[in-house]
Amino acid sequence: MNWYKYSSPTAFYPLAGKLIPWFAVPATLLFIIGLYLGFFVAPTDAQQGDAYRIIFIHVPAAWMGMFLYVLMAFYAAIGWAFNARLASMMASSLAITGAMFTFLSLVTGALWGKPTWGTYWVWDARMTSTLILLFLYIGFISLQAAIDDVRRADRAGALVAIVGVINVPIIYYSVQWWNTLHQGATLRLLGKPSMDQSMLLPMLIVLAACWLYSVAVVLQRLRCIILEREQQAAVAAEVV
Amino acid sequence: MDWSNFFSMGGYAFYVWGSYTVSLVAIAAEVIFLARRKKNLLKRSASHVNISGSTFK
Repeated sequence: MNWYKYSSPTAFYPLAGKLIPWFAVPATLLFIIGLYLGFFVAPTDAQQGDAYRIIFIHVPAAWMGMFLYVLMAFYAAIGWAFNARLASMMASSLAITGAMFTFLSLVTGALWGKPTWGTYWVWDARMTSTLILLFLYIGFISLQAAIDDVRRADRAGALVAIVGVINVPIIYYSVQWWNTLHQGATLRLLGKPSMDQSMLLPMLIVLAACWLYSVAVVLQRLRCIILEREQQAAVAAEVV
Repeated sequence: MDWSNFFSMGGYAFYVWGSYTVSLVAIAAEVIFLARRKKNLLKRSASHVNISGSTFK
């Protein structure tokens, strides 16, 4: 099978369509299983009571926000460096879902902060850098929307995306580098997680669900972008 | 399982259910907007016959 042909948007379009259910269905199931375990199996926390249950959506949302940004910058860079249209379209598609998850991590974080810290918001390193992440997504999306020539829009977006990548390790290490109100990392790249198994498992399942969900919606949006650009090209051809 | 305990979340109902409601609404909105975008596109592409020799379904 010649996989290379799928780098062409028109060839990729039907393939993406076939792939979507394989991500959307397990995503739905894992959301249900994860939240069931999180609400009905995981015990009440000794310190935070039931308020801690926000973690099952807060941490996955925060992870997806950061992860999708890195992925978006990666595709944007590939699209720019190799003049690969499909990779640039993938970057545009990732931006909306990444912004959505970043927004959710901020809102759920605020709703968790109020009962545990006594405030919805403080300008500390973790929260401020996450807010900057949301602004980077919004900047990327609005910059692309403002430029008519799609390939120029792709390159301008890529520049913002690549420069903004520096913010992701800042968010990740902010709780170590600065004295912040936010607690340390729940999941660590190296070493044991700072959480009991019965609470960790639902969070990881919801994380997997968010990941599968993201693949499904990003592929579907990619299909829309492919169609839109084909239509624009067709309209342009008629005008000429 | 005591349902009134479940709904009150030990007094944190507003924060816990608030978080999950916002999340559900955001995800549902993304899915609905995407479905609409697709529908409108397909309607328009039907009027542009067979763009660049390819058919989209």
